[in-house]
Amino acid sequence: MTRAVEIRGLHKSFDDLEVLKGIDLAVDSHEVVCLIGASGSGKSTLLRCINLLEPIDAGSIAIGDEEITAQGVNVDATRRRVGIVFQAFNLFPHMTVLRNVTLAPREVLKLSKADAERDAMALLERFGLADKALDYPDRLSGGQQQRVAIVRALAMQPDILLLDEVTSALDPVLVAEVLDQIRELAEQGMTMIIATHEMGFARDVAKRVFFLHEGQILEEGRPDRIFSEPEKEETRRFLDRIIAAGRM
Amino acid sequence: MGQPGPSPNVYFSPGGESDPRVPGSGDRRPRILGGGDSSARNVWIAVASTVIFFGFIALIVVRSPGWPEIKESFFNGAEFRASFPVILQKFVRNIFIFCIAEVLVLILALFIAVLRSLPGPVFTPLRIMAAAYTDLFRGVPTILVILLLGYGMPALNLQGIPDNDYLWGILALTLVYSAYVAEVYRAGIQSVHPSQVAAARSLGLSRWQSMRHVVLPQAVRRVIPPLLNDFIGLQKDSALVFVLGVVDALGQAQIIQQGDFNFTPLVALSLIFIVITIPQARLVDWLIARDQRKRQSSAAV
Repeated sequence: MTRAVEIRGLHKSFDDLEVLKGIDLAVDSHEVVCLIGASGSGKSTLLRCINLLEPIDAGSIAIGDEEITAQGVNVDATRRRVGIVFQAFNLFPHMTVLRNVTLAPREVLKLSKADAERDAMALLERFGLADKALDYPDRLSGGQQQRVAIVRALAMQPDILLLDEVTSALDPVLVAEVLDQIRELAEQGMTMIIATHEMGFARDVAKRVFFLHEGQILEEGRPDRIFSEPEKEETRRFLDRIIAAGRM
Repeated sequence: MGQPGPSPNVYFSPGGESDPRVPGSGDRRPRILGGGDSSARNVWIAVASTVIFFGFIALIVVRSPGWPEIKESFFNGAEFRASFPVILQKFVRNIFIFCIAEVLVLILALFIAVLRSLPGPVFTPLRIMAAAYTDLFRGVPTILVILLLGYGMPALNLQGIPDNDYLWGILALTLVYSAYVAEVYRAGIQSVHPSQVAAARSLGLSRWQSMRHVVLPQAVRRVIPPLLNDFIGLQKDSALVFVLGVVDALGQAQIIQQGDFNFTPLVALSLIFIVITIPQARLVDWLIARDQRKRQSSAAV
């Protein structure tokens, strides 16, 4: 089994606030892992670092066998291999769904318009969004918008997909369609790192779960073990609060 | 949420006419007179009070002691009929000046705004240059820039520097208004949420590709109303070029005024400016209102 991502001793601060305090994390190809932890524990920052949206202070990140945090790495070329989907969708509101999906393949991969649109339509078809291709994002429901955002990331054929609390901004009734899409991707062997508050989903889809607490990975393991017999006191308290909130 | 107010259409709806598409609309008039329809009654009250108010003011003005002299000097019918076509003819020159200046402003201002929005420490000198440009040309009165360029540059007698009043006039207006419009663009660029750039960059788009495909299209759309406002100012200031000796509409109006010792030609020119700027001002209002409606309806989702 090959390594998809390997993170070593990652530190990241915003001004005086140290958000990530030495993260070590390795993900194999075709593996799905979930990051859980309270808001502010560093999940989003970690994902943004892997996509090079945030410069790191210390440590290293490798995608495949290329160290992407080394000096002189082509940042744009690296980002093509790492897709990220955000909590707030971040679709481009002035473009149709089809143009949202084809923009990067055309501009970055230099695909022809016809090729890019053919590939995009195939992806939209696969996720039941073909009839929305010519709509603008504000005509879609939140769930549909997030599914388009996932398709947009997939259109670049990334080696790995990062999902940053992609259902947190959605109406409860719209969460399922997005989770179904992610499940399908998992079954098809997409490598994914998923930051989520949906514990039931994490239990289903993740091969391993990492519990982040104050910028450190406090505990990791198979989901059934983490959720039923957590070793650390902090993990137990976090899960108790999640259960109390009715999210599990 | 914004409750839709009374439709503005109500002011233009033909009160008594029957609309065959609307059943029962034929018996509107009796209801209006009977006061059954309160919005129609409000229209009547508005019309009546407006007519009475302005009629009263007109009466005061016309009956005031100096009125005949004012009328003779500013609102002279014969003078108006004689001068208006000549001034209108020269107004083509103003249109020429401001149309070319507007196109140049759109380009130069965008360039300056993008320079000023470049991130990172490497671009500090460019940012300083762009900021200095806007400070300079927003600070100096337009007429001074026109005089400095229009008289100053040809006076250098340097080879290759043309002596063309239109050129220097247009250039001066372009330099001054680009400073204003660059700030308008910059506000638009800053109003696009950073998450849009993050989304574009995360897909592998370069800084410039993100700017061109994601930030600028959204920014420009948002700044169209304030941009049109600045263009109205530019159109009016096209008359300043007459200080260089260009016989534009203002130059022509002044020639007639000085010949006839009558100010009606200047009033006629004012009328021309008002006629071209008012529709644009209404367009700006309409665009702003439309934007607001759009924002409210998308906030409701």
